[in-house]
Parts: sequence; structure tokens; C-alpha cells
Amino acid sequence: MRLTLKVWRQKGPSDEGRFETYDVPDANEHMSFLEMLDVVNENLLAGNRDPIAFDHDCREGICGMCGIVIDGRPHGPKKNTTTCQLHMRNFKDGDVITVEPWRANAFPVVKDLVVNRSAFDRIIEAGGYVSAATGSAPEANSLPVPKADADLAMDAAACIGCGACVAACPNGAAQLFTSAKVGHLGLLPQGQAERWSRVVAMVERMEEFFGSCTNYGECEQACPKGISINFIARMNREYLKAKFKDSRKLDRGTLGDA
Amino acid sequence: MQAETTGRRNAVPTVRGRRQHQYWLLDLYGSAIGKKAVMAVTGIVLLGFVFAHMTGNLKVYYNDDGESLNHYSEWLRDVGEPVVPHEGLLWAVRGVLAVSLLLHVHAATTLTLLNRKARPVAYKGGRKYAAADYAARTMRWSGIIVAAFLVFHLLDLTAGRANPDFVSGQPYQNLVASFEREPVAAAYIVANLLLGMHIYHGAWSLFQSLGLNHPRFNRWRRGFAALFAAAIVVGNVSIPIAVLTGVLD
Amino acid sequence: MKLESRAPTGPLAEKWSNHRFNVKLVAPQNRRKFDIIVVGTGLAGASAAATLGEAGYNVKSFCFQDSPRRAHSIAAQGGINAAKNYRNDGDSVHRLFYDTIKGGDYRAREANVHRLAEISVQIIDQCVAQGVPFAREYSGLLDNRSFGGAQVSRTFYARGQTGQQLELGAYQALARQVEAGTVDLYARHEMLELVINEGRAAGIVVRDLVTGEVTSHSAHAVVLATGGYTNVFFLSTGAKGCNATAIWRAHRKGALFANPCYTQIHPTCIPVSGDYQSKLTLMSESLRNDGRIWVPRNPDDRRNPGAIPEAERDYYLERIYPSFANLVPRDVASRAAKRMVDAGFGVGELKNGVYLDFGTAIGRLGRATIEARYGNLFDMYANITGEDPYVVPMRIYPAPHYTMGGLWVDYNLMSNVPGLYVIGEANFSDHGANRLGASALMQGLADGYFVLPATISEYLAGQLGQPAPDPGGAAFKEAESAVRERVGKLLGIRGSRSADWFHRKLGRTLWEHCGMGRNAEGLKAALAEIGALREEFWNDLRVLGDGDSLNQSLEKAGRVADFMELGELLCQDALHREESCGGHFREEHQTPDGEALRDDENFAYVAAWEFKGEGKPAELHKEELEFEYVHPSQRSYK
Repeated sequence: MRLTLKVWRQKGPSDEGRFETYDVPDANEHMSFLEMLDVVNENLLAGNRDPIAFDHDCREGICGMCGIVIDGRPHGPKKNTTTCQLHMRNFKDGDVITVEPWRANAFPVVKDLVVNRSAFDRIIEAGGYVSAATGSAPEANSLPVPKADADLAMDAAACIGCGACVAACPNGAAQLFTSAKVGHLGLLPQGQAERWSRVVAMVERMEEFFGSCTNYGECEQACPKGISINFIARMNREYLKAKFKDSRKLDRGTLGDA
Repeated sequence: MQAETTGRRNAVPTVRGRRQHQYWLLDLYGSAIGKKAVMAVTGIVLLGFVFAHMTGNLKVYYNDDGESLNHYSEWLRDVGEPVVPHEGLLWAVRGVLAVSLLLHVHAATTLTLLNRKARPVAYKGGRKYAAADYAARTMRWSGIIVAAFLVFHLLDLTAGRANPDFVSGQPYQNLVASFEREPVAAAYIVANLLLGMHIYHGAWSLFQSLGLNHPRFNRWRRGFAALFAAAIVVGNVSIPIAVLTGVLD
Repeated sequence: MKLESRAPTGPLAEKWSNHRFNVKLVAPQNRRKFDIIVVGTGLAGASAAATLGEAGYNVKSFCFQDSPRRAHSIAAQGGINAAKNYRNDGDSVHRLFYDTIKGGDYRAREANVHRLAEISVQIIDQCVAQGVPFAREYSGLLDNRSFGGAQVSRTFYARGQTGQQLELGAYQALARQVEAGTVDLYARHEMLELVINEGRAAGIVVRDLVTGEVTSHSAHAVVLATGGYTNVFFLSTGAKGCNATAIWRAHRKGALFANPCYTQIHPTCIPVSGDYQSKLTLMSESLRNDGRIWVPRNPDDRRNPGAIPEAERDYYLERIYPSFANLVPRDVASRAAKRMVDAGFGVGELKNGVYLDFGTAIGRLGRATIEARYGNLFDMYANITGEDPYVVPMRIYPAPHYTMGGLWVDYNLMSNVPGLYVIGEANFSDHGANRLGASALMQGLADGYFVLPATISEYLAGQLGQPAPDPGGAAFKEAESAVRERVGKLLGIRGSRSADWFHRKLGRTLWEHCGMGRNAEGLKAALAEIGALREEFWNDLRVLGDGDSLNQSLEKAGRVADFMELGELLCQDALHREESCGGHFREEHQTPDGEALRDDENFAYVAAWEFKGEGKPAELHKEELEFEYVHPSQRSYK
């Protein structure tokens, strides 16, 4: 099939950026979207033009590295899919496809379609873990976890950290990402000791970088893993409850002897 | 080590500085989630008022030349006497409503400014919405227009400054006189439709903001919001229509 | 060079605990005096960096991805083995040890494997404590599934995303240390050189992939946790970024590369669909429990599979291996599929796959049952191929999946270069010639959480009182300029072919001659082809742009250059190993029924290769393997 691509090209963070149009005469319906971009890049290189930079790694929908806005939707038109798992059979001959990077203040463009998502790491660093020192763990089966809780925790833990939720949010909010981790750890008995301090630390770190939630629900639609905004409600509740707790329960200490 | 660590990390632009913790209520309001909770709680207060206001006003339909409505209006002023002074409770309620409204607007404004900072650049190739309905996307505008209408509404039917035929203590007559002016009736209808839209998203959204989330009841939340919004719109809009069509005079 | 495994003496089951007692320690207050570099943030790297940071060392952690969480461990589907014996089905540490040694076709060190089996139980405890959401039963206790190569149920799993959950657990532990300031994180940094000073690993040179800046980092010890080299085949189940540059640079600086020819091919992947194909997707092996594998009896049969009557189908695994049938081990199933496709019986548009048919199972169990068992896999297949596997049989073909070979390490996981440690898939240590399913995750975490943190002090204790080498020193300056020179060289060729073009070509040559089946003639041809391709690469490569900003073609080119050299070593090793074992199948060495024929008399050793210069044959060093507890026997699955 023949396609026309309008691709955002931006040399670096300070470059203004613009769309450039490329003709793709030989796309094939079995290609993934990224394989189609590979072909475009080979052709650009052959014509001595700079290939399009885009992030990608596993190409099987789990690493969370890929992510571009295709025709106004993060990861493209197909629901619950990463860009690497979007195949060209979802498009038709003659389509004009617009390709843009994630846009949010916290995700500055590095080059072309590549953005910096380190803000997500900062949120996890603030408290997205159980502080279980290596070697100190009790016997794995000493603490049963109700299957329903484990399953729900797994629903949240499926987050791949791609940033589509932020890209989809008109407010550039990271509520879905943060709430998925708060939900995952808060649902498990192992996560209870730090439950209140975790949610406060993570939410406040998140708010340094991201906007606020206005309950549009766009994030849930864009999420390749279909993580529910119920986790956002859950995080809101946990945060509000935490704020009414004895402040000693929110103390996170110095976290090691730095 | 710490300083070096921070320096080494990929610098990420922030939208606000690291929080300094303060008195817990201010602290709570200082966070975006706290602000959304305040919007939800004040929203509930305002929803309560809007609902009571609407049901109270349905007394116009008693077809008694406004006697019931005027009585009700008088009662609002007398209620609680002599424990509280004349109009005491009324002013207390007005106070709560005014504070709620101010907080609601303040939180909305500061969050909007924050969100602009968090998403300063729009999608150059346009974007498609998959979930956000028209009501959700226009909350800002429906809110601003309803607030502007509120000012007029108070001047028109509470203070009477915008109503040449205003007679204090005669709300029914004032109402009919006001709505017989077609542009006023039209503005009232439009404002109530926008209020309905605002409520349609707001009355659902507040459950999310407060984390009132339960798998058994979640599916009722949308229905509740839609029903609530519809009730307000139908109840309120019926009045100017009744005046214009001569059902009330 | 004499290779010392440093495996402790004494009874097998006591080696590890004795060793831990005998290892020199670094006291807690002294640990902050040591700097340790960890390259790679997969299961091994992230868990090691987190644990070393927690112990009090100053750690610097590097990854080429934008976040440590992206490392390819995240893509592992199946599960992680542990000898917990929760099923009460006769499992034990010794049985896991035995299965792993046997599965590895008797080419692994007994002491290492036993340690791995011992630690497996601690790994599950640790991960559960971290909040890894393993599958549970209604009792709330942990669930298990069974996996190939074992007669017990000992695999722990988290849906089809076990690797993801374990990786996130390790990443979160690492994030905790970053926040605490014990670990300094460098994302989007690629290690391009190992620095050796006075015979010891002294640090690394990295390139910041965003700014192109080349910098040196020194440390008392360097840990490589950079994964395997399966992408040398271009098409593999590896991530696009997986590369061998870190271990290859270390190899060039003197670290021995062990058993490169032990590569694992996974039998159930989705076949190539065209020349643009960029990677292969694995479909869980569990599908073979209910799917039947067949090809048409007539190679020219182009009918729809549904229209081919039973009598004209060849269920070749059931025919050749009546007792194990469709459940023969990975290598056997893979080779059989290759034989069928090579003989012209392949199916699909490109005649490059075999059918995996669920028709019988759907008829017997009903569609609902199949959907419950494999729904997500069927969806994934349908998404990628556009075909509905409930109606049309799946097409599958083997693909490179894992590499058992890697840098040589002793029992302490230290390479022959003092101070250079290698952990996870990057080393050669625990899987012998073939890895069992659900054992890769186990090894990565065993190395990172438990082994390395316990053994690294043996080396560090001797360095107490010495500062880390000066990163401005001569050795570092020299390495830095070598890196800059190489970057300049890659940019300066200005030829006509992309790095991907060379990589594809290299991959095709290796897959053809050094893939599932190997023979002397083919390997010699491959060596000649790769040599010529390497020449061509350095004369006709085209990389546009500059070295001072994000330049993905430049990154790729450097990795492909290293893959070329590694490809040659892979063929050299495969050529020298005149036997078939595990993932290495020499067509000259097979039983009359086409099974692998080991030569324990002459090849029961680890082949550790020393770099002798570009294009020159590497020098072989041998570490003899001794089997005290398990006696090598011939496998049979008939």
C-alpha cells in the first residue's frame, strides 16, 4: 500500500521543529508501524537524509520504550496496543498519517520523536517500592495474599511506563502511571508498612512535574495495558486518607546512609 | 554524593518546586489532589444548593399567584428565629455557599494554570479524543459562563438591580416579570443547559476525585450524574418556558 | 593461561556455605570507600546495583535505554524456577541441580549449578517481599506451573509477564537506592570501552547517547550485566537494542569469551513475514501442550490448511518421536522444523513455517477451554499475523532466543581480568550447552541479589586503603581517545550501506551456517563470508549526522561492528567443537536417528577464547569439567 507520512522532525530540544512529508510507496500490511518507519529510514539514508529518530527496544509490547502519537492518538488508532504492536493492516492504501512525539512539559523532546521520560523514574524513586533489603525476606508463603487482591495488584503492575497516559492527558498529568504503582503495592500485604508514606511521597513527587487530573479518562483509553482509572480514584482516596493520618506514619526517614 | 547524584540525573523540567510542609489543611490544599478534593466537596455543597433551589422554586406551579413561593421565601428568612436572628440562617447558608464557590473557582483556576504549564504545547497535528466527552472538555467554559450568569441572576432576582419591576418580598411576581423579557429567559435557559453539562461531568468526577470508588457501585456513578443534571435542567428550564408560554403569569 | 574455576572443595551441598565463610569480607564502615560500576540494568544488573548500594558501596549504574526498567529481562514470559517443593511432588535443591546439569547437556560446572539451585528458594522469598505479584491460588498461597525439561511443578509466574514483574521489582529496589544516594544512575549511556590499569579492571569509558559526550568512570571493580549476544543473528527474540558491545570490548581487553557456540533456538516463534522484518516474536512454549505440529505430505500443496485431509498431513513429531511427540525438548523440535522447511515442506506464503494446529484440541475440549488457556497468546498471534488461530492453524518457526555462552568467570563470577565481574546472561556460567525454560530469570537474580554481593568482597578486601584509579589517568585518556577515534571512523566512512544492511547480512550468514545445524564446510564458508563482510563494512558503511547528539545510526553501527567480530568467534568455536551438545548441533556428529552425539572423552571442557587481534583466530584455553555427582548420559526422547 502507498502511504503519506507527516513526521515531526526536530533536531534537538531547542530546535523549533516542523512536519516533514514522506512518501511511502511500498508499505506492507504485515509490517509493524516501526518496521514501516525502518523502511522509511533506510530510504532516507539512501538519499543522504537524516533518518527519523524514534525510541524502541523490545518490539513486543512490553518494554515501554516506544511511543508516538499517530493521527492524534498515542500509540495510534488501535486500542490497548503499543506502537510496536500496531500493524499496518490498521491503515488503508492512500492514508495520510501524522506522526508526533509525546507532548508534555515533563517529557521534553530530545530529537524528532524521542522524548525524555526520566520524570517517571523520579516518581518511582520517591517511593514506588517495598523497602525489603536483600536477604531479609521471610519465607514466601508465610503471608498469604487473597487471590483477588493479587490479581488486582497484577492488573496495576502491568504498567509498562510508556507515558501514553501523560501524552493522552490534556493536562499532562501522570495520575494513571503513579496510581498504578500506588495501587499495585498498596493492595499487597507486603506493601502495607509503607502504604501511607508511599502515596504521599509519590504523589508529591509527581506533582513537581505533571499536571492535575480532571477525570477525562483519556489515559485509560490510551494505555496499552488497559489500566483502569479506578486506580486513580484509589490513589486519590489513599492520599486524602494519608493526609489525615498521624504524621509519624508519613515519615520516610533518611532511606539509607547516603 | 547527593548533590552529584542529582546533577547527574537527566534534568526534567518541573511545574512546581519541592513542597515545604505546613499546617496540614493548607498542606492538603497545596497539593493538586487536595485541590481536586476541595473542588469535589464544594461541588457537593453547590449541588445541594442547586437541587434545593430548584425544588423550592417548583412551588411556582401551585397556581396560587405565587403565594406558596412567597411564603417559602419568607420562611427562608424566618427560619431558626428566635434562636438565631432574622435572616441569620439564610446569611449563614449564603456565607457557606459563597466560600464554597470561591474555593471551587480558586482551585479550578490554579489547577488550570498548573495544567497549562504541564502541557504548554498542543499536538501540532491535532488530536483525537477517545473518552473525554464535550461536557468534560468544556468544564472551564461552562463554569465561567454559569458564574457570569450567576452574577446577573443575583442582580436580577435577589438584589433586583437588573430588574426594573423588582419588588422586594415578591419573588413570584419578580420572576414572572423578569422571564417575560425574552432575552433574559433565553439567557437563563442557556445558562441552565451549561449548568447541566457542568453537573453531568462534575457530579461523576467528584466520585473519582474523592476516591469514592467501589466495584459494586461504580456503574451507578455515571447514571447518577446524568439523572442529577437532567433533573436540574428540566426543573429550572421549565419555569421560564412556563412564563413565556403563559402557563405562569 | 591456566583457568582456575576457584570452585570450593568439599561436599557439593556444602560448597556454597563453606565458601561464604571463607570469603574475605569488607566491614560495613569500609564499604563506602569502594566504588563499583555496574553496566546494565536487567535482572542481574539492577539487582546487583541495588544490593551493593544497600550494602553501603558507592555504585554507579549504567544503561543505554532511557530508563533502567526497559532492559530486555522485562520481556521474559514464562516464569522462574525455584526448588520450593510447594507441590510436594518430590522436588528438591538436588533435583533442580540435576535437571539443570542434564538440561545443559553436561557442559556446566557442578558447583555453580548447585549454588544456583540453593539460591533459587531465596529469590522467591526476596521477590515476594518486594511485592512482586506472583500468581496465587484461592488459599492465597503461591501457585506453580510446570515447564519443559522437568517432571516437577516448580515454576513461579505472574501471568505471562513474569520477567516484567521481576524486572520491575529489581528496578524499584534500584530506584530506592538512587533516592538514598547510594547508586548514581546513568541512563542513555553506552559503555564503549573497558579500562585496564596495572592489570586490573579500573573503569569504563561511556558515551552519553544524548549529547555524544565521551567520559571516563573509574572504580575498584567493574560489573558487566549486559545480557546475551543473540542479536548477532539479527533476527531473534532479543530487543532491538540488545548488543554485545560491552562484553566484546572487555573481551578485546583480555577477558576470555567462553563457549560462544552455545546458542539457544526457541521452537515456537512467529515466522518471518518479509524482508523488512525487524525481530521475531516468541509464542510461549506452553502452546505445544495442546497444539499438533504438521506439514502437508505434498510439498507443493498450496491448499488452505483446512482443506488438506488428515491422510495428507504429516504430523512429523508424532511420527518420529512417538513417546514425547509434540513435547520434545526445544532443540529437538527446532531441528525437526528446520529439516521440514529445508526439504520444501514449509507452509505459509514464504514457505517458511510449520503448522501448529489446535483443531483437534478445540474439537476435544471446546473453544472456550482453549481460549481460557491461551487466549492472550492467540490474540497476540492474531494481532501480528492478521490470521485467526482458532480457525486457521498457527504458523511457527524456530528463532534465536538465548545465548548460554558469554565471558568466562570463576566461581566468584570474576573474569580472568582481576576486578572485572560478569553476571547474568553475559557470563557463561550456569546453563552449560542449553538452558532450561524458566531458568534465565533464576540465574540473573541469583547472580545479582545473592552471589555477586557475597563474592565481590573477596577481591575488594585486598584493595582496602587504595583509592579508585584516577579517571584522568593515562589508561583512561588512551581508552577515551580510542573511543573518539572509533566514533570518528564510523562517521567518516561515508559509504553507501546502512548498519542494518550489514547486520541483516551477517545474521543471514550465521543463521544459515551457524544456526540450528552446523557443519565444518558451512562454518568455514561463514568465516570467509563474515571476514569479507567486515572488510566491506569498514569501507562502505554510511552513518549520517554527527557524534555530538542523539544519533541512532551511529549507535547501531558500533554495535554491528562488534557483532561482526563476535560472529567470527562464534563460528570458530562451533568449528572447533567436534561434537553435538545442547544448543550446538554439528551435523557430522549425530546418532543414526539424527540426535545430538556428545563426545565427553574429548570435549568435556569449557572453551575459553582469548582475543588475538581483529581478523586473527582467537586462542583457545580449556577449563576441564569434572562431574563428581552427575554422570553424563545420552539424552533420548523417543
